[in-house]
Amino acid sequence: MPKTKNILSGAHFLNGDLASAEGALIAGCRFFAGYPITPATEIAEHLSLRMPELGGIYIQMEDEIASLAAVIGASYSGLKAMTATSGPGFSLMQENIGLAVMTEAPCVIVDVMRGGPSTGQPTLPGQQDVMQAKWGSHGDYGIIALTPSSVQEMFDLTIEAFNLSETYRVPTLLMADEIVGHMWEKVVIPPMENIKIVNRKKPHVKPREYKPFRPDDDLVPPMATFGEGYHFHATGLTHNESGYPRTSSSEVQSQLVNRLCDKIQKNADKIIKVEEIMLDDADVAVVAYGIVARAALSAIRKAREKGIKAGLLRLITLWPFPEERVAKAAKHVRGIVVAEMNRGQLVREVERAAKETPVTFLSKLGEEPHTPMEILEAIRRVK
Amino acid sequence: MMVQETVVVHPFSKYLREEMMPHIWCPGCGNGIVLNCFTHALDELKMDLDKLVVVSGIGCIGRTAGYINADSFHTTHGRALAFATGVKMANPDLEVVVISGDGDLFAIGGNHFIHAARRNIGMKVLCVNNLNYGMTGGQQGPTTPIESLTTTSPYGNIEHPFNLVHLAAASGATYVARWTTLHVRRLTMSLKKMMQKKGFSFVEVLSPCPEIFGRHNKMRSGLEMMSWFKKASVIDNFSDPSKAEITADKIVVGEFVDIEKLSYERMLHEKISKINEKAMEKVS
Repeated sequence: MPKTKNILSGAHFLNGDLASAEGALIAGCRFFAGYPITPATEIAEHLSLRMPELGGIYIQMEDEIASLAAVIGASYSGLKAMTATSGPGFSLMQENIGLAVMTEAPCVIVDVMRGGPSTGQPTLPGQQDVMQAKWGSHGDYGIIALTPSSVQEMFDLTIEAFNLSETYRVPTLLMADEIVGHMWEKVVIPPMENIKIVNRKKPHVKPREYKPFRPDDDLVPPMATFGEGYHFHATGLTHNESGYPRTSSSEVQSQLVNRLCDKIQKNADKIIKVEEIMLDDADVAVVAYGIVARAALSAIRKAREKGIKAGLLRLITLWPFPEERVAKAAKHVRGIVVAEMNRGQLVREVERAAKETPVTFLSKLGEEPHTPMEILEAIRRVK
Repeated sequence: MMVQETVVVHPFSKYLREEMMPHIWCPGCGNGIVLNCFTHALDELKMDLDKLVVVSGIGCIGRTAGYINADSFHTTHGRALAFATGVKMANPDLEVVVISGDGDLFAIGGNHFIHAARRNIGMKVLCVNNLNYGMTGGQQGPTTPIESLTTTSPYGNIEHPFNLVHLAAASGATYVARWTTLHVRRLTMSLKKMMQKKGFSFVEVLSPCPEIFGRHNKMRSGLEMMSWFKKASVIDNFSDPSKAEITADKIVVGEFVDIEKLSYERMLHEKISKINEKAMEKVS
């Protein structure tokens, strides 16, 4: 067995892509398959260098479809596995995101978002893939998506993404943006014993009794690995608990699809993370995530200096959407400002959760995220 | 009079998931013959089923993964090889076999095929070629012969079909063979060879599809399609695969390539252990 002691600890100066790569290694990721794409390439480059040092595998596949397929194959072979991409590659991965959802393959996908649609603006930031993260693959499904606002969080949330993915047997997405991916900041890596690492639960029954898709009470089935003698079958077709195709049973279909959604939705409280800053007494709440949340933080501080009680609800979990946290904030503010680097995506979820509370949307497309002054202006205009 | 009932377990039952039976294949289909030859190859090699992983894509033959009593995975359309790449690299001790159709492996999955062969990943690919898309009702595909009638080439196919053995050889496969379902012994022999190769190995089997392909092309029964195979097949071992045609009059079959090359996963894992060792020296 390859030894794996040579992981980083202590303070480091890293960019977001490198921090994510190092986080993956600490989380136990030992398989990376990817395809070069700006602004996520540095994750692949760094892991091609670092994986072998830890006895892990790096492979560059022929495209992003193949990359995620290989990741699912490695996951079923017992390794924690990851890929990283940006918008165009994320579009190609949608097919196998569905496969990973359906076959409940733990895996992590980092999407360092750039401007779209199509080839768009490869070197510039965007937050245009956040709805695709939830709805991009066909069919109904539950998924987990996290979003980092700093290089430290690129590190922390990559580990968290692996933990969630292993816990719920669901592909987990890290929706970063180009700025967070490329900027350099200090990252503090705690000693290994202080980092929580979760591994998927394994079956404890004899191979003959093993039903690969029979869930425990938490709605998640224990996962066997190829080569352990379980002789199990998995398919992207609608399947029963034995893993066998049942393509004309409405009962099997509704049981399966409901469970795939419920295992995320019913555990939403355990999954969801937000950061609330000066929200307790706020009259105006700003909802933001990713790099935009940092401008928003600056904006609420400036607003406070000017005597406006503003607070920030920073989303760390995008999916499942922190509906209750938004609803709670909406109850005691006069209005909500949502700032996103797109034409208005998560704002619709915010509006839905905010009910009667008026929501103002600040869009931004192109080179720079919102300035604190732009967000401050929007806060001021809330009546 | 007492009737004594004796229950005899079929010697090949252990290779099949009986709870998945009956299979979905039509009367006259060749998939059963291919499955039979494959299980014979496993049996003759005394393969450890615990170490076997069967991967398939979408299509009639794609259901084979579910029928074989080993770990098995039925992927998205065309992606069997990419999935299998992840499996073989993550655990090189597993014998990874991809069993899929011509449309799955060479139309939607064509890119994955040439790259898996180019990398020489040590997996085994068995392509069951029925000359059309059977499961969706008989559409023209990448192997459909010129002028054949299908539901999407109702005026006759004008696309040049892929020569799969030529493509596999050119892409770097270490073992390449083509047979038809008529050549059961030779096919079984080739499957045994395929299973023993360390590098990327490829076997193509022409398989009758009388219910779908045959009905449009004046071969309404399995027997008629097998008659075509019998009449047209020419065994030409280790001949130039670029000349191995499949036409109404001539089907060139045989073994075309049998070479040795270090497999990708072996090179990779050797490199990994060296780098890992060096990195460990640095930290200790």
